[in-house]
Amino acid sequence: MENINAKASRRAKSESRWAYLMVAPTVIGLLVLNIYPFLDTIKLSFSKTRPFGLYELRGLENYIEMFSSAEFWRANLNTLYFCVLTVPIGLFLSLVVAVMLNAKIKGRTAFRAIFFLPMVVAPAAVAMVWKWMFNTEYGIINTLLHSKINWITDPNIVMVTCAIVAVWSAIGYDAVLLLSGLQNISKSYYEAASLDGATKLQQFFHITLPMVSPTLFVVMIMRLMSSIKVYDLIYMLVEESNPALNKAQSLMYLFYRESFVTGNRGLGSSVVIWTVALIGAVTAIQFWGQKKWVNYEV
Amino acid sequence: MSSSLERSRKIRTAGIYAFFVIGCIVMIFPFVWMFLTSFKTVEESMMIPPDILPKSWQLKNFTDAMASLPFLALYKNTALMVFWRVVCAVVFSSMAGYAFAKLKFKGKNVLFSLVLIQMMLPSQIFITPQYQMLAKLGLTNTVFALVFPGIVSAFGTFFLRQAYLGIPDEIAEAAYLDGCNQWQTFVKVMAPLTKASMAALAVFTAVFAYGDLMWPLIVNTDLNMMTLSSGLATLRGQFSTNFPVMMAGSLLAMIPMVVLYLFFQKQFIEGVAMTGGK
Repeated sequence: MENINAKASRRAKSESRWAYLMVAPTVIGLLVLNIYPFLDTIKLSFSKTRPFGLYELRGLENYIEMFSSAEFWRANLNTLYFCVLTVPIGLFLSLVVAVMLNAKIKGRTAFRAIFFLPMVVAPAAVAMVWKWMFNTEYGIINTLLHSKINWITDPNIVMVTCAIVAVWSAIGYDAVLLLSGLQNISKSYYEAASLDGATKLQQFFHITLPMVSPTLFVVMIMRLMSSIKVYDLIYMLVEESNPALNKAQSLMYLFYRESFVTGNRGLGSSVVIWTVALIGAVTAIQFWGQKKWVNYEV
Repeated sequence: MSSSLERSRKIRTAGIYAFFVIGCIVMIFPFVWMFLTSFKTVEESMMIPPDILPKSWQLKNFTDAMASLPFLALYKNTALMVFWRVVCAVVFSSMAGYAFAKLKFKGKNVLFSLVLIQMMLPSQIFITPQYQMLAKLGLTNTVFALVFPGIVSAFGTFFLRQAYLGIPDEIAEAAYLDGCNQWQTFVKVMAPLTKASMAALAVFTAVFAYGDLMWPLIVNTDLNMMTLSSGLATLRGQFSTNFPVMMAGSLLAMIPMVVLYLFFQKQFIEGVAMTGGK
């Protein structure tokens, strides 16, 4: 009996020793690469940059400067506008593509692969070709539309342009996620509905939409979070010398410029802390609002 | 009755095909236009109305792009960054994911909460201090700097923990009774069972490392140490009006991943669907 107990405790000891060894790289990495930087960013947001990489704690100075800056509020509005332009339309189009991909037709794998293609192309390269197509004088889009729209330099249009590129880039990715949600819906629901004489459209609204709503919710949260954090597409499309920059600069673009172009890391850190708070608030609202439309019944 | 049903099905199928043909044109046209423009002269690219095909397929734009950007170095840096981030993510996340899912130890929940905290925070909140650490150590403009934020992956740990949770305990127990120690059980018996999840994590990590722009732009400012993405951003500044050269550069930057995608299309899509649908 004692022998068995001793064996068991030796085994438990060796198990926890191995466990610590195995989590060590990840835990140490998280502490050094994430937890410390997270705390340091909070500290930086209360500090002013001094020469030679030194910092001086200054209380709320950065936040006061940030909240009284018109550029900061403009960046908030721009980011919000970008979310409004991309999330609903993007989700709608992705859902349409997913439903189409779910139909039993020849070549659906190829169609899926084509819609997914922008995901494997770096956003930098994607932005370059769209910038060329949206060029005012020689771009193919103005040529086809017989127009002279300043897609990238008109402050009132630039965000729409960025949104078009963003939606185009993400459609395949979101559709693939939604498709896996659609494929989980049991065929028997549709069979029963057809027998009752429900049209395809009725089936979509009464079966497909409620059944896919949990997946739709996950995709929406994900898309919303990444839209609030948008940076790379806008950075590539709208360079700093662009007259429309003020109407295109997202919060993360502002963070990048403050921290690494202007060198004002304290203010940059306040911007990033603000953005995190914003993401947290928006996500909380979404989780609260989901009760009204997401169906977890089945 | 049956023929009218048949007809309505045919109409629907035709409608779906029409949708996909239009959709595919919208998705592919930008890449076709990039390809065609990259072989045109600047004058040709500025013709109104434009010619679809270049008059002569000339490679000058590619040599121009390669003259202003060290593409060989960019390929090498990008490949090394992607490779090491994938290796680190898969190896360290497998180890931690297995321990968190299957082993008993004190402080497990506290340590796992670190993983959850990291997952909830956007990566930009870490960037400034991460950069300052590297700058202090004099390690900017190195491949290590490119890999640095990706040495561990909280998402990977979470994801592979899920995979291990799906494996019954009896399998590990059987291996233990066969005389394997914990490490052997993990490497020889358990890890091979998560192959599909490891592959999904590898694809996910590779795609996002490859597209990452802000971090390489900040940490490696030396042209020879840039990645394809940050290199393109530099090219954009130099040739802001010469679109054929920019298209040639973009094409050179996107080719490696697109070629991989053509071969492993299924793994790419399923990998991303698996990791995204969590």
